[in-house]
Amino acid sequence: MNPAIQTRNLSFAYKDRAVLHAVSLSVKSGEMAGVLGPNGSGKTTLLKILSAVLRGQGEVELNGKNVATYGRRELSRLFAVVQQEARVNFPYTAAEIVLMGRATYHSPLALEGKKDLEIARASMDLTDSLSLWNRYLHELSGGEKQRVMIARALAQEPAILLLDEPSAFLDLKHQVQVFELLRRLNRERGLTIVAALHDLNLAALFFPRLIMLRDGKIYRDGSPSEVLTENTIEEVYGIRVRIEQDPASGKPQLFICPAL
Amino acid sequence: MKVLDRRKMIWVNGVLLALLALSIVGCALLGPVRLDLSQAVQNIFSANPDAEIFFRARLPRVLLGVAIGGGMAACGVVLQALLGNPLACPQMLGVSGGASLGGILGLIFFPHWLPPIAGGLLGEISWVPFAAFLGALLSMMLVYRFSLFHGRLHPYHLLLCGVIFNSFIAAIIMFLNSIVDFYQAQGLLFWLMGSLSSRAYLTVAFIWAYVIFGFLWLWSKGLSLNLITLGEEAAMQLGVETGALQRQVFVASSLMIGAMVSVSGMIGFIGLMIPHVMRLITGSDHRLLLPASFLAGGIFLCWADTLARILLAPAELPVGIITAFFGGPFFLFLLYREGRRKLAL
Repeated sequence: MNPAIQTRNLSFAYKDRAVLHAVSLSVKSGEMAGVLGPNGSGKTTLLKILSAVLRGQGEVELNGKNVATYGRRELSRLFAVVQQEARVNFPYTAAEIVLMGRATYHSPLALEGKKDLEIARASMDLTDSLSLWNRYLHELSGGEKQRVMIARALAQEPAILLLDEPSAFLDLKHQVQVFELLRRLNRERGLTIVAALHDLNLAALFFPRLIMLRDGKIYRDGSPSEVLTENTIEEVYGIRVRIEQDPASGKPQLFICPAL
Repeated sequence: MKVLDRRKMIWVNGVLLALLALSIVGCALLGPVRLDLSQAVQNIFSANPDAEIFFRARLPRVLLGVAIGGGMAACGVVLQALLGNPLACPQMLGVSGGASLGGILGLIFFPHWLPPIAGGLLGEISWVPFAAFLGALLSMMLVYRFSLFHGRLHPYHLLLCGVIFNSFIAAIIMFLNSIVDFYQAQGLLFWLMGSLSSRAYLTVAFIWAYVIFGFLWLWSKGLSLNLITLGEEAAMQLGVETGALQRQVFVASSLMIGAMVSVSGMIGFIGLMIPHVMRLITGSDHRLLLPASFLAGGIFLCWADTLARILLAPAELPVGIITAFFGGPFFLFLLYREGRRKLAL
């Protein structure tokens, strides 16, 4: 079977500033991979290229087909993207936002049908946001908003879910909730998940595969204990840390050692 | 459930349509000369002063007002959606300025209506709306390009660009006005001031054709317009070919603005006010917001123009004064509220 995502020698530059260098990456269907790296290491750019918002040099294949051969509508049934923070300048209710995930399935001239409403409701139920149905998005808290945005992504019924630092603006409880939800979706529904992450400890706890970027190149790719070592962190982030195994989960966890 | 369904579509549009029909008849009856509807519609074909005033003098003007009010409101809706900015409207983006300049160049260089072949019947059809359309389209693309930084549209830049562009255009128009001969200058001024003063049915039908065509085109993009309010990237990821959408919206709304400006000059603020009010009533779903704003804009301009006709009767106010009188304070109120909610600006 073809991998869900495959890139070969993928490079990208904004004008004269190179962001990605020859990234070759393969993500199997049903995998759950976290992309790590400091600010400016190319995480967001990589996700944007995978979701065809940007086009880089080199090959990107989705399910064995070149990404350029897909139309946007077709892509949006394969892929759903959750951005860091949803900004909406107009008053939409949570239900309207989630139903937008169905736009790719019904005629542009039609209203949403019964099936679309059912799927929207089921996705909101899954992300524990059904009670927000009639609330305006701009009135919701960061955590509620993010749950609604994930519900919208699920309403697209995608095979692959891409997330760009989905927990960046959330407090600890909501961060953990989002990660637990992602793990459940991956295990129960076989959803392929690729997420840019900035919290290394949470990433180690929840993501079986981690990809560490440094200056636009893949620096390490493997299980948390392979990727998160004291050496890699010092190399990539330039800070000294101590890493120990969490006795409960067996995953590596970071302890920061500030200069005294 | 607050989601748009067929019932809500039919109800809102039905009520507005009924109000619009009442407004058309009502406004055509109002004026310095009191008319009686039953008198007017009785002997249409015999000499009947009531029918003459109703059908010849007032009805075409009212119908023109409906097309222009509706068109301006619809253009306001789509530009606001496309630019993700609730303060966008044709005036502020410099689009109607561009349309005026295009129209004026058309008046100066192609003052003649279509060549004589089409002459007789189509006597009223001129190059001016087409020139105004080109002006609108060009200025829209210019202002848009200059507000893009690193592929992102900055609302602040956009409004600033639009305002500066409009003043620049105004200067060019003044310049043109001072170099043409006296006779032409009179014609230009008359055209620039703009009003909905009586027009032949043919002109009215011509403008309606432009406006309805543009409106239907935009309405068919309602769903994509919903998605693009979330931002260009999000819209792409939800399946919208955003480049194509932008081009189509620019062309369709320029067609409408060009046609409207070519007959009525610049009637401001409708494109700003009506969409906001309607969003409060119908919600932000463009599949409903767009037709509802069109109908409401029609109703609004219909009554504003009637006010302009009767306030100082028998003298007439330019209708732009009435719309600005409502629109100016409304804009300040919006700016204040948006500023407090830390939205687009």
